[in-house]
Amino acid sequence: MPDGLFIFFAALTLGAASLLVLSRNAVTSAMGMILALVGVAADFFLLDAYFLGVLQVLVYAGAVMVLFLFVIMLLTDTAESAEAYPWKSAALGLAVFFFLAAGAIWLFVWSGAVPGTAAGATPPELSANPSEFVTAAKGFGRLLYTKYLLPLEIAGFLLLVALVGVVSLSKDPVEENA
Amino acid sequence: MENTTLAHHLLLAGLLFALGLTGVLVRRNLLVVYMCLELMLTAATLALVAFSRFNRTMDGAIFVFFIITVAAAEVAVGLALIVALYRRRGSVKSDELVTLRD
Repeated sequence: MPDGLFIFFAALTLGAASLLVLSRNAVTSAMGMILALVGVAADFFLLDAYFLGVLQVLVYAGAVMVLFLFVIMLLTDTAESAEAYPWKSAALGLAVFFFLAAGAIWLFVWSGAVPGTAAGATPPELSANPSEFVTAAKGFGRLLYTKYLLPLEIAGFLLLVALVGVVSLSKDPVEENA
Repeated sequence: MENTTLAHHLLLAGLLFALGLTGVLVRRNLLVVYMCLELMLTAATLALVAFSRFNRTMDGAIFVFFIITVAAAEVAVGLALIVALYRRRGSVKSDELVTLRD
């Protein structure tokens, strides 16, 4: 039996994610998404990944979702909720959800494929592990500038490319023709 | 924390992923579909962090760090594409955007 905090945040995350999927108002969906991301960040905290939890709230629940809300409020018309509900695709989606959920429950609960050890038991193949799990953000810095230096540079370059791409995409096409 | 095993976290990640995929299949608003895609990505990061924690290695957590970076860039470009599409076609509904021409 997992402890109470995990059950609470798991229920919060799943409930908010259902709100995201089921709500017919896009702004309500975005609110559900923010709540689900905060729930996942809380789960990161329960997993002792404090730095990633803070990063999740700052980048995802903060910056990314503000961007989403801006675009939703810019583009979505409020009259759309009067449409007929797409029953056919809803039935298909429900079938896929139950199929996947049953698969996940079978794989992680009944099949015994996941070892039921508590946190802390190092598997033998990782006994000579150069990157031991640490909770402090210092552990990230040390690895990012040694083992993962090249991916870090590529990630920085990727952000630059995204910046240039967004600017060129957002230019007004009418202005270009003039 | 003592009683919460790896399987619990993986189950939560699996259910979140299933919800995200359901949203991608069911919803018609492109912005909501995009949010559901992000939810699937987040579910995958949750599984990575859980594996990283329970195997006592840092590599999965670093991978999640890069995923968050890439997701931020991806959301910016994707939303710019959706806005450009709306300017040209006047809609963000996936069932109205079925032709390649205007």
